Amino acid sequence: MVAGGAADQVFVNLDHWIVGHTPVPLQTLVSIVISIATIIVVFAGLFALTTVFERKGLGRIQNRYGPNRVGPCGVFQPLADAVKSLTKEDVVPRSADHVVHYLAPLVLVGVVFLTYAVLPVGRNMTAVNLDAGVLFFFAVGAGTELAIFMAGWSSHNKYSLLGAMRAIAQMISYEIPLILSSVAVIMTAGTLSTVAIVEKQARYSSTLAHWYVFTPWGLAGFILFMIAATAETNRSPFDLPEGESEIIAGYFIEYSGFKFALFFLAEYLEMFAVSGLGITLFLGGWSAPFSFLTWIPSWIWFFGKLLTLIFAFIWVRGTLPRLRMDQLMNFAWKFMLPMTLIVILSAGIWHFLTAAVVGPKPLGAVIRWLVCALVIFAPFITLARTLERGRKIEKRTYRFAE
Amino acid sequence: MTLAFLILAVLTVAGGVAAMTLRRLVHCALALTVAFAGLAALYLNLGAEFAGLAQLLVYVGAIAILIVFAILLTHGGESDPEKVFSPAGIAGGVIALAVFAVLGWAVTTSSVAHGWGAGAAAQTSAPQTSVREIGLTLMQRYVLPLEVIALMLTAAMIGAVILAWREKRSVDPGAPSAPPSPELRV
Amino acid sequence: MLGEGILKGLGETARNFAGSFVSAERLTTVQYPEERIAPIEATRDFPFLVYDGADWEAGLRCVACQICEKECPPRCIHIEKSKDKKPDFVGKAQFYPAVFDIDVAVCMSCQICVEVCPFDAIRMDNKFELSTTDRFGGLLWTKEQLAKPNEYYRQIHPTEAAETDERRVKELADAKAKAAAAAAAAAAKAAQQAAPGDGVSAVPTTPAKVVPQ
Ligand code: SF4
Ligand code: SF4
Repeated sequence: MVAGGAADQVFVNLDHWIVGHTPVPLQTLVSIVISIATIIVVFAGLFALTTVFERKGLGRIQNRYGPNRVGPCGVFQPLADAVKSLTKEDVVPRSADHVVHYLAPLVLVGVVFLTYAVLPVGRNMTAVNLDAGVLFFFAVGAGTELAIFMAGWSSHNKYSLLGAMRAIAQMISYEIPLILSSVAVIMTAGTLSTVAIVEKQARYSSTLAHWYVFTPWGLAGFILFMIAATAETNRSPFDLPEGESEIIAGYFIEYSGFKFALFFLAEYLEMFAVSGLGITLFLGGWSAPFSFLTWIPSWIWFFGKLLTLIFAFIWVRGTLPRLRMDQLMNFAWKFMLPMTLIVILSAGIWHFLTAAVVGPKPLGAVIRWLVCALVIFAPFITLARTLERGRKIEKRTYRFAE
Repeated sequence: MTLAFLILAVLTVAGGVAAMTLRRLVHCALALTVAFAGLAALYLNLGAEFAGLAQLLVYVGAIAILIVFAILLTHGGESDPEKVFSPAGIAGGVIALAVFAVLGWAVTTSSVAHGWGAGAAAQTSAPQTSVREIGLTLMQRYVLPLEVIALMLTAAMIGAVILAWREKRSVDPGAPSAPPSPELRV
Repeated sequence: MLGEGILKGLGETARNFAGSFVSAERLTTVQYPEERIAPIEATRDFPFLVYDGADWEAGLRCVACQICEKECPPRCIHIEKSKDKKPDFVGKAQFYPAVFDIDVAVCMSCQICVEVCPFDAIRMDNKFELSTTDRFGGLLWTKEQLAKPNEYYRQIHPTEAAETDERRVKELADAKAKAAAAAAAAAAKAAQQAAPGDGVSAVPTTPAKVVPQ
């Protein structure tokens, strides 16, 4: 079990070493500061990397090169962007509510960074091991809605207000499927602690890990979770709150310079955080998928999975157009909500179909898998049929004026 | 009384006071949120992890947003800079006093308070309730009340949906076979 | 089925993503300062003044009629007429622009000045790398900066230039013929006056042979 060895625990040991060499009264403080500083540096660095990867990836998807001027292959583009946003003038509208306008980006970034406290990024690498970690994540994450409202309202601009209203409506609607799809995992794991949930998945039967995504309800739950996560983080195709073509930039239209960069940062950090939670809940956190791969350090697994999910986000962004508001709401309440409830039901059935009910290992496991898959798939087909009924999509033909 | 408690208490009370005295309604709502968050932090400080996080999730995540949304939708954000004390304030004060009296009575007569009065012993014997225990208690001992509440909430939700629905229908009762509005189509 | 189209779309974009690395034809981007594509013939941005011959000042076709100045929608042309006159390409005495400025910071490349000019004197250029550090003086072009030879016009807009040239050759021929006819008529008149007894004039009035420019 204790595979990986020194490389796996290198950061943990480093942390212990530093804390061990500080005077005793300062030890708590130093250990807290180290955790916070590491989280900020690592994820802000990841943000910088992601911005350039996203632009290059989107470019390739659209058969372009993407940024390739600053440094070799454009890898120093984030530096140029940082310099630009730091040196730009910080414009605050005269009629804006100055205090709230100033506080909104700070609250947003602060709240988003708080959510990282409970993410296990590696074995023994969790800033705070809370008994109710998942609950903490969602509770603190609720603060982002408020920060977005503050930004939209204080700017005293109708576009930003519209953007904030859209953002809040969307986030409230999609928070429900997000939490409900996590409930299936919490139910099965029997704990709210992120660390314990990962440890439950880091066990192996023969070679395969017990990741929840390998179960039918886990797979469906993971997909639903990621869809809801996309909406929660306001990313395309759910980027209505920003909607460049209609409300220009939504709630941060009146922000410029460094405050704008903070919003940008917060948006990406939110995406990483919620992806990290998805990894923790469904993809086994820092664990390896096969027992013979456990020699790779746990933190490499976590960040590898995170980068994969980020790539998926970019891919989806390059593929799908933006939804309309009514489509967004219909999708949340008429598809996501029932499907997450069905996933919970399926997880319950999975829990009770033990070997005692369905029979011994090879055949019993297959039966269990199929039954649970059917419980999800049949309602999915019915629901999809119902939603699509009477909605024939025809090829549009355009007639030009003569 | 530790330093953390003092800071949080001051923050919570300041938030509450600001919520009452600030002029703009949105500022009041935001100050109220600070009070909610301070309260949640107090719970966490006392070791009531679940209660604190639930407070945060429900009050900051839902109630505050609801208040803010209501203010926005009713265009109340800019109104009444003059009237801070209204006649309704007196009734509010009476209700607040009554609630405070009941809470105070509950606290002073509870076993914890007596233990506190006796000495510092009660602090060490404060129950360590984990999320698991709360869940087990809810699902075993209090499962019936829980289900009743769930049923009631569902009924309320359905009622709200029907209310909203009726209103839309009754906009044009005389109109002969109006085309179904796009919102009603699935 | 729900989600089918999304999967198809994802496949398409994945093909684009992978394809852009293996086949260079997919990439439509041109790496601009190093790579360039030849401009399309109809490209236009700002006007220039056409001149014939080697001397730009003498060859300027513009006669300072100021039609373009009046028609230009954003009023970015400024012309001052000369006091004296000089012969144009057919030999007629015409004014010429003492000052001819175009503020290209204001010009909106509408080409109206070109359409209205009766003397084929103003045409659209296709030069686009015009950045300057002086946004006022640097973008106010004088007639010296605006003057470009007809050869340049032929080079950037060959079809249009050929058509203009043809028309001008015809104009020149017509003018010459007219002049010849007038000269012949004058000669006949003089002959008639010299010999009053002779009845009807028998001098033919065939036009002179056209020589292209
Ligand atoms: S192109 Fe249009 S705007 Fe420019 S100078 Fe000619 S008439 Fe004026
Ligand atoms: S450019 Fe043409 S229209 Fe303008 S003044 Fe000269 S001759 Fe007249």
